[in-house]
Amino acid sequence: MSKYLILIFQDEAVARQAEGESISPGYQEFMQRRNGSLLSGAALHPASTATSIRRDGSGGFSVTDGPFAESKEVLGGYFLIEAADLDEALEIAKEVPAGVGVEVRPVRVVS
Amino acid sequence: MSPAASSEVAAAVADAHRREWAFVLAATVRVTGDIDTAEEAVQDAYASALSTWGPRGIPKNPGAWLTVAARRRALDMHRRAATERRALPKLLAPGDFGQGEPDRDGGVPDDRLRLIFTCSHPALAPEAQVALTLRLLCGLSTADVARAFLVPEPTMAARITRAKKKIAAARIPYRIPAASELRERLDGVLSVVYLVYTTGHTAPVGGSLMRRDLAERGHELARMLRVLLPDNGDIAGLLALILLTDARSAARLDEHREMVLMEHQDRSKWDQSAITEGLALLREALSLRPPSRFALLAAIAAVHDESTSWSGTDWQEIFGLYNLLLEKWPSPVVRLNRAIALGFAVGYAEGLAELDALGTEPMLARYPYLAAARADFLVRLGRFEEARGAFEEALILTENDTERRFLQARLSGLAG
Repeated sequence: MSKYLILIFQDEAVARQAEGESISPGYQEFMQRRNGSLLSGAALHPASTATSIRRDGSGGFSVTDGPFAESKEVLGGYFLIEAADLDEALEIAKEVPAGVGVEVRPVRVVS
Repeated sequence: MSPAASSEVAAAVADAHRREWAFVLAATVRVTGDIDTAEEAVQDAYASALSTWGPRGIPKNPGAWLTVAARRRALDMHRRAATERRALPKLLAPGDFGQGEPDRDGGVPDDRLRLIFTCSHPALAPEAQVALTLRLLCGLSTADVARAFLVPEPTMAARITRAKKKIAAARIPYRIPAASELRERLDGVLSVVYLVYTTGHTAPVGGSLMRRDLAERGHELARMLRVLLPDNGDIAGLLALILLTDARSAARLDEHREMVLMEHQDRSKWDQSAITEGLALLREALSLRPPSRFALLAAIAAVHDESTSWSGTDWQEIFGLYNLLLEKWPSPVVRLNRAIALGFAVGYAEGLAELDALGTEPMLARYPYLAAARADFLVRLGRFEEARGAFEEALILTENDTERRFLQARLSGLAG
């Protein structure tokens, strides 16, 4: 089994409207159905609340307001899952009711 | 086995490289679990064939001999790696090792399909799918693959390395897809094979119109798929398309190696045995509902092949087939070809109007065949001044020297 991170992308404007306290029915259903594969997950506050820290190359940092990459589609949440291979991970990822879409990244095994 | 002369050995090894590479590699990946080690083991096996087939004689079944040698070598390498306890990502879980031991008949199970599906996995970039297929299924060196696609060798090496890393890191499976997704995934495989063929049929760039070596590789890959999945109608459709297109290749160049349009081709040079085989496969492919994209394209090629003259071509039929194609697989290139068929089926002015409407299509902005088709219809309509402009545009866009000479000749031949 391998671990994969599913990054959930959504349209910033749409995401702002949908901000609520409870998990939407679509996500609830997905999490129930894929309970066995989900290791962890979280919804994120809007990208406007993000803070980015870049190394300036001489030992210091520059701290800026906003997400690392500025775009219409922003990271809205994530799931960490376990799957046998990429095909299974993609099958699970397709079920995530994400607004725009998702990115699937294999998690590196480091010792 | 009796000793063989070195020239015989070299020929036998070269032949086995062409015929058996994919089989030997696919069977070896079973043992190694990763592509890089398998490639190295298979290369070693071919090297040892060169040195041992002379004194010991050429084996009756070179593929089986090479597979045994490559797997033995792979097991050696695997043991050494295990002692180093390197945490290499694997294509197969450890439990899968050894599943590929010789089967009941003492043969080696055929894993080529698994390898094909891994190479054309949709999670890999299309150009990487093609590069991996040529490298792993056809056994082409990185330098050869780079030459085929006219990119510098280091660029191609980086592309292949990146794809292999992704296969290992993301665990792209070494498996034939489940029945429920087989048709969709197979369409990806067939697209890769067709791209190999078309890149050879009309080289996008360079000195010669065709790259026969690539066209033949595409043809061989389609045949390999046909052997591995003999009852599959989609594969029959692709093989039919390749045969029915390739049948005309001898007539596409004249004795001075200049391009000849189908209209002026010597149809007696068309390969009738390829056409006969292609038509039989096409009938099989068309019995499948709904017909695949390749079956429809093959049906269009068949209309040309079965016509005894250019003037007798059934353009209504071709136009109808393009309409079907456009309905299910709309693309700017299909619209372009449909417009050409309309021009011959209904009238040049109608065809030209459709072509003009495609002028704003961004995907065709650098596609020389739109300007060339417009030029051709403008000539047929007697509008030579506009035709001149269209030929000049096509000349700027084409990067194939043979096509450039052809367009230049037509431009020079315009009255006035």
